[in-house]
Amino acid sequence: MTARVGIVTFPGSLDDRDAARAVHLAGAEPVGLWHDDAALAGVDAVFLPGGFSYGDALRCGAIARFSQVMDAIAQAAERGMPVLGVCNGFQVLCESHLLPGALVRNAHLRYRNRPARLRVETDRTAWTRRFQAGAEVVFPAKHGEGRYVADEATLDELERSGRVVFRYLDNPNGSMRDIAGVANEAGNVVGLMPHPEHAVEALTGPSTDGLGVVASVLAHLSGAGEPQGANR
Amino acid sequence: MTRELAMTVDTVGVADATPDEKQPWAELGLKEDEYERIRKILGRRPTQSELAMYSIMWSEHCSYKSSRVHLRQFNEKNPRTPRLLAGIGENAGVVAIDEHIAVTFKVESHNHPSYVEPKQGAATGVGGIIRDIIAMGARPIAVMDSLRFGAIDHPDTARVLPGVVDGIGHYGNCVGLPNIGGETYFDPCYQGNPLVNALSVGVMPRSRLQSMQASGAGNIVILLGAKTGRDGIGGVSVLASATFSESGEGDARPSVQVGDPFTEKLLIEVCLELFDAGLVVGVQDLGGAGLTCALSETAAAGDGGMHVDLELVPLRAKGMEPHDILASESQERMLLIVDPAKAEEVLARSHRWGLLATAIGTVTGSGRLVIDFHGQTVVDVPPKSLADEGPVYDRPIAEPNDLALIAVDRAETLPRPSTDEEIRQTVLDMAASPNLCDKSWITEQYDSSVFGNTVLGAPHDAGVIRLDERTGVGIAISLDGNGRFARLDPYTGAQLALAEAYRNVAVTGATPIAVSDCLNFGSPEDPHVMWQFERAVTGIADGCQKLGIPVTGGNVSFYNQTGRDAIHPTPVIGVLGVLDDVARRIPLGLGRTGDTIALLGSTAEELSGSEWAAVKHGHLGGVPPKVDLDHEMKLAELLARLAGTEQLAAAHDLSEGGLAQALVEAICHSGLGAQILLPEGVDPFTYLFSESSGRVLVVIPRGQELAVRTACEQRGLPITPLGVTDANTDGLHLRDHFDLGRAELEAAWRGRIGARLGE
Repeated sequence: MTARVGIVTFPGSLDDRDAARAVHLAGAEPVGLWHDDAALAGVDAVFLPGGFSYGDALRCGAIARFSQVMDAIAQAAERGMPVLGVCNGFQVLCESHLLPGALVRNAHLRYRNRPARLRVETDRTAWTRRFQAGAEVVFPAKHGEGRYVADEATLDELERSGRVVFRYLDNPNGSMRDIAGVANEAGNVVGLMPHPEHAVEALTGPSTDGLGVVASVLAHLSGAGEPQGANR
Repeated sequence: MTRELAMTVDTVGVADATPDEKQPWAELGLKEDEYERIRKILGRRPTQSELAMYSIMWSEHCSYKSSRVHLRQFNEKNPRTPRLLAGIGENAGVVAIDEHIAVTFKVESHNHPSYVEPKQGAATGVGGIIRDIIAMGARPIAVMDSLRFGAIDHPDTARVLPGVVDGIGHYGNCVGLPNIGGETYFDPCYQGNPLVNALSVGVMPRSRLQSMQASGAGNIVILLGAKTGRDGIGGVSVLASATFSESGEGDARPSVQVGDPFTEKLLIEVCLELFDAGLVVGVQDLGGAGLTCALSETAAAGDGGMHVDLELVPLRAKGMEPHDILASESQERMLLIVDPAKAEEVLARSHRWGLLATAIGTVTGSGRLVIDFHGQTVVDVPPKSLADEGPVYDRPIAEPNDLALIAVDRAETLPRPSTDEEIRQTVLDMAASPNLCDKSWITEQYDSSVFGNTVLGAPHDAGVIRLDERTGVGIAISLDGNGRFARLDPYTGAQLALAEAYRNVAVTGATPIAVSDCLNFGSPEDPHVMWQFERAVTGIADGCQKLGIPVTGGNVSFYNQTGRDAIHPTPVIGVLGVLDDVARRIPLGLGRTGDTIALLGSTAEELSGSEWAAVKHGHLGGVPPKVDLDHEMKLAELLARLAGTEQLAAAHDLSEGGLAQALVEAICHSGLGAQILLPEGVDPFTYLFSESSGRVLVVIPRGQELAVRTACEQRGLPITPLGVTDANTDGLHLRDHFDLGRAELEAAWRGRIGARLGE
């Protein structure tokens, strides 16, 4: 049985098709979810794609948080369903308090699109277990509001508990402690600003590293034992 | 309120009763004889709403009244091709890619609004061209932009450029379209008249091609998208169809529309869903001239008439009068013609996306466009008189007096660098100059990878997009212009732009198949400008005829002038090509270490109008480089062949800055070095900086040299080996002359735009 990964379309979602392609190329079945769906159509995991949900009205992700589908996702995440938020999806997860911290305007105040070199800091999440901790990956980063901020205590706690998932090697936006992505305590919910779904084909992306993100969740869902790089 | 309005609205009845009422036709931009013609068409004076509609539809922007007599050449000379599914006169040209897929593309200007309010002006330019693509039935898949600003260090450039880039980026990024390239140039002639030309391209199943016809009496007219407000009233008649005054008095900002890309994104999704479900009979976007244009064009294209109840139009401002509603250029709106049995479903599907959809009228068999406002008729006209039968002017033409003088003032006679050290410094100075330096400060503000189909984007010679993941079929597009060459000789200058765009597409391995053009000129009321226009149009039409690729549509932008100072005539040409398999595209760069670097084409002493003459001498004179379209066709055929057999590792068009700049860009892009030995007997300066047309720098993988040379010889194409790619060479090694290290090259070339703008 192939794993079914739900991809949410909010009005203003832009990368939903690309997320579906990434899921498909990694060998899973993409399933479309609509923003006012009350149930999750029996999916095994959820991918919140990038874009400008609801036109980024008020604040990025602020309206999407109140959508019907987010209620269902929050409940499922509570029960351990893997949830990934990329770019606007990350913003939605922070606004929903499924992840700590917030994403604010880039320090240089401009939207910037560059391939970002990242270090995978942990393989102990549902979305990174196929990577070696410490591995370098390249995903496109492209956003105007991707500077990760949180209070010092939260940042310390994230570091201590190994919940900083991706770190920028060349911080493009002024994110605190170079943080590009974080996880919740259980490690099933992960958010990051750079786009793994735009790094799945050598022809169109800066790398194919993004396939590892979906491959990780498939490994997680099939219960394939310990993380690959677990040698602690 | 209604009662009060009823007292003041200028109805057809009132117009009949008050034939001698004085009307502000001159203020609305109409000429006296044009006003008289309206009275003759209607058999009475027009109502206030009708007068507004005629003034808009008969404006230069909408009626092409000055350009039409010349644009006919495109239809007359266009080569016939079975690929062309829709051409000039449609919202955008449509060309077949294979038996299933078609693409539609078009370039359009938004020059004046972008000067008045850079961010919104540029943003709504992008929004407008995207709706043209939707109106043909296609999903927009990419945008490009061709930008021209005044001098980079002029204080106003720091206002206009960041705003324009922000606007293009914000709109394109939020609506979810990759920006796959374009061009940015600086020249003092654009100081008061920057050019913002935006291109969009879309893809569709051939069966989904839509029409703008409002046909079938009883069909419902639905307005889809944003509410109608007061923004943009007078956009086409005030901003786009008149020259900026020298004193710059008055604030035209209210004439600029405000864009909402979120609503545009919903429009795309809803329209495509409706097309796919077969729910739409006719469709037209609302852009310049708003409802006036969409109603009259759909009614004129249909087989009957139309009745509209204007009070049904959802408004976002209070107290709007009928002529305001008709003239508003509020963005993100489309007009749909729908079978009454399907109207309910159209409304339901729109509302599911949270998009406003309102039935505002019906198609009739009356042959008239009748518009009521709260039950009173404010418009009753034959729609063709608005859309198709506007005035046509054959304006006076006169060759500029200074042309002969300019022609003899040749850049070839200017002092040149003579020592190796001077030439070396010139390479660096040129690489650092505004027109040649790295543009990533601009392009990094654009999303380039959304949709996951961008195979090549900026800074490649052309953008390449995959259309079909199964077959790998894709397209390449390039957008090019050169105002300096066109100033020296508009016929040749236009053909040089065409040849460059054609070559840029060919350099990726694609076969060019179609053209869209954006013609940016000064005032058509100036006979010298009209001469430039006629010569440029003739050059493009002749060139396309020769190359065998049709002009499928485009846009004319006149009045790009402040007082008596017109911009350089600037025809911007978009060429679209097809690649059977995008995996075989040829990228920019230097391939692998040990590959051979060679030059296709031949180099003459052609420095007039060159970047070198402009940067080093502030000089513009002489005659532009020669164009040889036979040669361009052979070159394109060769490149497509070599791409298909994977016998080229990289390729790069030579244009502004000549061979020197092409090498700098290939080196900076690739991370490899280049060892170059110039052919014996050539003058190094000329060889490095001449801008002779029809040349391409190619990188040939080891073992393919003989095959490539033979392929060139078979076609009579000159090929000159120049050197090798080498990982151990630091930057550019020009044997017997000088070395230029990578660090020094990159320091000159990178980071200039932001630094010059004070960032």
